[in-house]
Amino acid sequence: MQNSKVLLPFLFSVSVALAGQSCATRTTSMSSNPLQGKLVLTGSSTVAPLVAEIAKRYETQRSGVRIDVQSGGSSRGITDARQGVADIGMVSRSLKPEEKDLQAFEIAKDGVSLILNKNNPVSQLSDAQIVSLYTKKITNWKEVGGQDAPITVVNKAEGRSTLELFAQYFKLDTKAIKADVVIGENEQAIKTVAGNPNAIGYVSIGSAEFDAKNGGSVKLLPINGIAASTANVSNQTFPIARRLNLVTKTTPTGLTKDFIEFARSKAVTDIVKEQYFVSVAQ
Amino acid sequence: MFQWRSEVVFVGVLRGLALLSGLIVLLILFFLLQESLSFLQTIGFLRFFKDPAWHPVSREYNLLPMLWGSLLVTAGSVLLATPLGILSAVFCQYYAPAAIAQGYRRLIELLAGIPSVVYGFWGLVVLVPLIGRLHPPGPSLLAGILILSIMILPTIALVADASFTAVPPEYLRGAAALGLGRWATVSGVVLPAAKAGLMTGVILETGRAIGETMAVLMVCGNVVQVPESLFAPVRTLTANIALEMAYAVGNHRAALFVSGLVLMGLVVGLVAIAEVIHQEQIYD
Repeated sequence: MQNSKVLLPFLFSVSVALAGQSCATRTTSMSSNPLQGKLVLTGSSTVAPLVAEIAKRYETQRSGVRIDVQSGGSSRGITDARQGVADIGMVSRSLKPEEKDLQAFEIAKDGVSLILNKNNPVSQLSDAQIVSLYTKKITNWKEVGGQDAPITVVNKAEGRSTLELFAQYFKLDTKAIKADVVIGENEQAIKTVAGNPNAIGYVSIGSAEFDAKNGGSVKLLPINGIAASTANVSNQTFPIARRLNLVTKTTPTGLTKDFIEFARSKAVTDIVKEQYFVSVAQ
Repeated sequence: MFQWRSEVVFVGVLRGLALLSGLIVLLILFFLLQESLSFLQTIGFLRFFKDPAWHPVSREYNLLPMLWGSLLVTAGSVLLATPLGILSAVFCQYYAPAAIAQGYRRLIELLAGIPSVVYGFWGLVVLVPLIGRLHPPGPSLLAGILILSIMILPTIALVADASFTAVPPEYLRGAAALGLGRWATVSGVVLPAAKAGLMTGVILETGRAIGETMAVLMVCGNVVQVPESLFAPVRTLTANIALEMAYAVGNHRAALFVSGLVLMGLVVGLVAIAEVIHQEQIYD
């Protein structure tokens, strides 16, 4: 059994997964104070970096609390929460009907937006066109109403959650995607598209919006006529989006409850935005 | 007696330190093997060279295109940087006035100190769009070679400079007595005399080029393929690990450790080749 702590990737620095020591059995030690002890969270590698940052802030505000965040995929989050190996599971999607024995608490939303260079005259693409672009059935912008120029397809590295969400929405097999450039971080995708007027890429909606608002040279493509914005992710009209959930086996109490409330509160909105997710705090 | 004893302590400390440095390499190798061995045993080493492609999530693990990527980027940059570096050192030692040579040396040292992310960032926002205008898409083998050349240039330039300084002055005086011109002295006397040092420089720069991650990750395009031209994107073994490590779990993660193992094998191979050439050159 291996666990890895995911460090928050910053700008271009690639996040490094550190191999930790294995931990097979674990007990939650609860002292007299209900808000002391140790919490273990496992699951989605999309949610883990976010929760790790939230946990860091939580630990500084509540002395005597230790929070252990391990990634390993949404399915591990479900299994571990169910078996009680983890106090809280992290899941980057809504619960399936057969998982309704668990309780889900949404901490943020995640959306993916397609981006083009500002100088690209194309302002709209249908879903089918986007699929054709990414499978190289269309290779020139003039075929979709743009200039006569070859299309540069920017894709994300395998295993990235943005790729997962993108492929899932367009029903693309990741193997069928034929890219000209493969990148890791959102910021790198934005810089690549900003530097190439004929490139198309996709990134977390928060990062694209931030760049566009601050005078960057990318524009966000609407999907099915719905503008790509964090506001539309928030009101659930934008289609390429998903919920990021914390799940528990039973109704949370004590420390677990306190942490979930903290993760859903305004106290962490800045962390959520920093990681380009959409806050759900009221 | 006292002197003898302190000598023993000194030698002991030296041995300990040498052992430690050696152990670190062995520990890294052990760690790589430990992380990848069970996975290697289940699927076999050959699959890393015979699978149809690299799609670790769908269990295809061909590393060959990335091995080519690493080799091509490294070979290209070494071929470009070596003559440049050696000639710049020749200029520094034998042609430039002392003041200019000193300033030039400082500049090269500065070049060596710039972090690779900065090179990569510059490459991404300046070099890649330039190449893209010439021949789209832009991120390419060529971009990687150019960035790496600039990065390893100071290594070879500084090592060459140092080995020219180490050429015994009698050789130069002998050449002068024979009436040799400046270039004849450099090509006929200095270069052969400094051969061993230059070789060390080439090994060092090759090591730096093959291990470089951040800069190549940012400018090479990272598409897993054997490039058909200088303008085609490539992915190196190092970039592969850096790109996918953050989100890799299970077998995918183990496959990345195998990438690391192959990279280590590559470096061992290069060092071995260099060692053979080195010995032949010294004793011929």
